[in-house]
Parts: sequence; C-alpha cells; structure tokens
Amino acid sequence: MKILLPFVAVIALVFLAYAGVGVAKLHFLFGVVLPYAAIAVFIFGFIYRMFIWGKSPVPFSIPTTAGQQKSFPWIKQNKLDNPSSTLGVIGRMALEVLLFRSLFRNTKTELRDGPVLSYGSEKFLWAAGLAFHWSFLIIFVRHFRFFMQDVPVVLQMIEGADSFFQVGAPLLYLTDVVLVAAVTFLVFRRLAMPLIKYISLPADYFPLFLILGIAITGILMRYVTKVHIVGVKELVMGLVSFSPVIPDGIGVIFYIHLFLVSTLLLYFPMSKLMHFGGVFLSPTRNMPANSREVRHVNPWNYPVHVHTYEEYENDFRDKMKKAGLPVEKE
Amino acid sequence: MYNGGKIIAGMLVFLAFFTFPFYYNLGKANARPEPKLNTPVIQQLAEKKCVESRDFMRAEHMQLLNDWRDSVVRDNNRIYKNREGKEFSISLQNTCMNCHSNKKEFCDKCHNYMAVKPYCFSCHIEPKENKS
Repeated sequence: MKILLPFVAVIALVFLAYAGVGVAKLHFLFGVVLPYAAIAVFIFGFIYRMFIWGKSPVPFSIPTTAGQQKSFPWIKQNKLDNPSSTLGVIGRMALEVLLFRSLFRNTKTELRDGPVLSYGSEKFLWAAGLAFHWSFLIIFVRHFRFFMQDVPVVLQMIEGADSFFQVGAPLLYLTDVVLVAAVTFLVFRRLAMPLIKYISLPADYFPLFLILGIAITGILMRYVTKVHIVGVKELVMGLVSFSPVIPDGIGVIFYIHLFLVSTLLLYFPMSKLMHFGGVFLSPTRNMPANSREVRHVNPWNYPVHVHTYEEYENDFRDKMKKAGLPVEKE
Repeated sequence: MYNGGKIIAGMLVFLAFFTFPFYYNLGKANARPEPKLNTPVIQQLAEKKCVESRDFMRAEHMQLLNDWRDSVVRDNNRIYKNREGKEFSISLQNTCMNCHSNKKEFCDKCHNYMAVKPYCFSCHIEPKENKS
C-alpha cells in the first residue's frame, strides 16, 4: 500500500493531464494557469519554508567533526573536516552540497555467522544519489534553451558535452540515461532492502515515481512520439514573457510532461524535496568547530539577575569584619 | 532570524536563479520562426510536397535523415520509398537541398530558434546561397 498508493497517484496524474488536454481540451488550464500557479507556489513556498527554518534558534554549537580540531601549532588541523574558519566551513559545505561527503561516509551494518556484527563501506547510495542529482541539474540547466530567446554559448556547450557520443537523431543525451538508471536504482534500493523498505513512506516513493514519470515523458517526447518542438518553445516563451500563447498541434504528451513538472513544483515546498534548501541550514555542517575559541550564546538565554561577590561584600562588610572574616575592600 | 544576513543572501541567489527566464527575456520579442518555402525549385513544383507529409517531416526529419545516412553508408541503398509508394533518391545535397536550397532561410530558422546544431554540414557541402 505504501508503494502502490504513490505509484497509482502518479499514473492518475498522467491520466488527468491526458483527459484534461486530450479529451476536455483544457489547453489553457494545463499550459498556462497550472504552470504559473506551480511556479508561484514553488518560489514563495520555498522562501517561506526557509524563513521559518531560519527563525528557529540553534541553542548549542553542534558541528559534527571527522578530523583533528584546531589545537597547538605543532598538531596538524584537518581544515575541511574540522573547520575553525568561515573559509573552511564554506569548503566543507561545498563538498557536502556538491559531492555529498557525509553520504560518502555511509556504512552498512551486517550480522554475519558467528554471530559477528560487521561494518562495511556502502557507496552505492552515494554513487546513485550523486549520479541522479547531477543528471537532474544538467537536465534542468539544459532546459533553459526553451526559456531564452538567444541561447548562451555555455548552454550549448553543456548540451554538446551531454550528447557527446552522437547516438541517433535527435542525439541521445547521456544524462537522460543516467537519470533513469539512477532513479530506478533508488526505487529498487527501497524495495530490495528490508530495513529500508520498512521505514519508507509514500512520501519517499512519490517523488521518485514522479521524477521517473517526468523523465519518461520527456524521453518519449524527444525520441519516440515527437511533439511540435517550435510550438513548445513558443508556449514557454509566452509564459516567461507574461503574454501566454497556446500554439496549435503541440501534442498531448508535452502537456502531460508539463503537468507532472507543475505537480513537482507544487509539491516541492511541502515535502522532503525541501532538502534542497535544508542542506544549507544543517547546523552540524555549517557551524565552524570553534567552540573553544568562540562562546556560542544560546539565543533562548534570558537576562539573569546576578548578585556578584563584590555586591555581597558591600551588603555584609561590617558584619564580616566583626566576625573577623577577610574582606577584599576595606 | 539567526544568521539572517546569510539566509537572505542565499534566498536572493535562489530567487535570481529561478526567476532568471522572466527577466532575461524582458524586452525581447517572442518571434516564432517562419521557415521560407519559396525557392525557385519549389515554386516550379506541380505538387508542393516533400518526401513525406508536412507533419511527419516536421517531427521526424532528423530521424529520417539519420535513417537515410545509415541506408546509404551501411547498406548501399540509395532508393527511398515513401508511404505513398513514391521513390526518391537518397541524397541530402541532390534531393533535400535541391528544393530547400535556402538553408539560411529554411533549416537555420528553427534550428537557431531552438539552439540546435545538427552536424549535417560538417561532412556535407553547404549550399552556396547568393540569393537571399
């Protein structure tokens, strides 16, 4: 049920778009209204979520470390795994965001005959995750050729590199293949490993199926059931210049693709996909490990009335002298 | 907001990136490309029709050209039979470009609009275009 529900939901979305455009001819709703709504929800929802998260206090200095902290000058500091400066933190964050460094350290636990508990390196999740995220980014950036009147050389270079092997016509993109393979692996990983399957929720499967749906409709559109691609760009350019047009004869599959993307954008701010913004706000990664040099003040601290020894002595100086107790001030 | 400056800076980058198409295209006309079909050869044709139907050619011409290339280069077959049973000589320069001699006004129109760079003419000779 946990798997079937999101799967059926994505299939239903496909049929909804098919019925809406192919049968009911609601081109304007699926081609203009929903994409605009989705973009607005995505951008404002994203910023709202980040604002809420930004407001939550960090009461403790909690960077996690995996290397030697800054210490005596003759002890070598691990500047990336235990950064004490802003530059080091930027380096660690860059490795985290771009290369998923903490996932790279992922270990698997196995109970072997004996019984012996063994720990081993587990790189498949990291590799598939990295392949998926980078392919997704390149595909996203590549799509900007539909969003710009004059396409910059940089984008054309990315596209050239992506279709380097010149397989077929239109040229096969490597990222298309890698993305589908990686997402499929990530789905099967959840299905095949009993422990992972046990903790997986519909909210884990839905984005995977949805992204797989987007990729498959996109690939179908490029290589199998072709759409009127010039019309597609005309529609998109109409959207970004706020003068929407619905060109004739684009093909339903484009609207299905667009509807799934709109769904992804709508779903984004209210789902686990917010890890896109959240990774930047991970306190264990983005705080410098300088707790011995800089005092971290808990933002929840309220002003405490302190009665110092000086004030105490002022109050009781005479009595203290009479009792023969030593005082600091005469 | 704690570390508000950094978070707001990050949000501005986010906003600049995701609204990029909206301000990048400001003041640029959304001009749909109109490939021109008025070459002398086409005007003399009795039946103005390509080797396949217009919709097929629009969607599948790249696939067709790819198949033609394979057919000639790998199978030494220079005859193409279209869906109506009519036969054509498989040749980019002598069949396609004979009618569509205006590469700049025909091929390049949509290819430039879509930022597609087919590599046909890295091997084939580009047609000489004196007439505009």
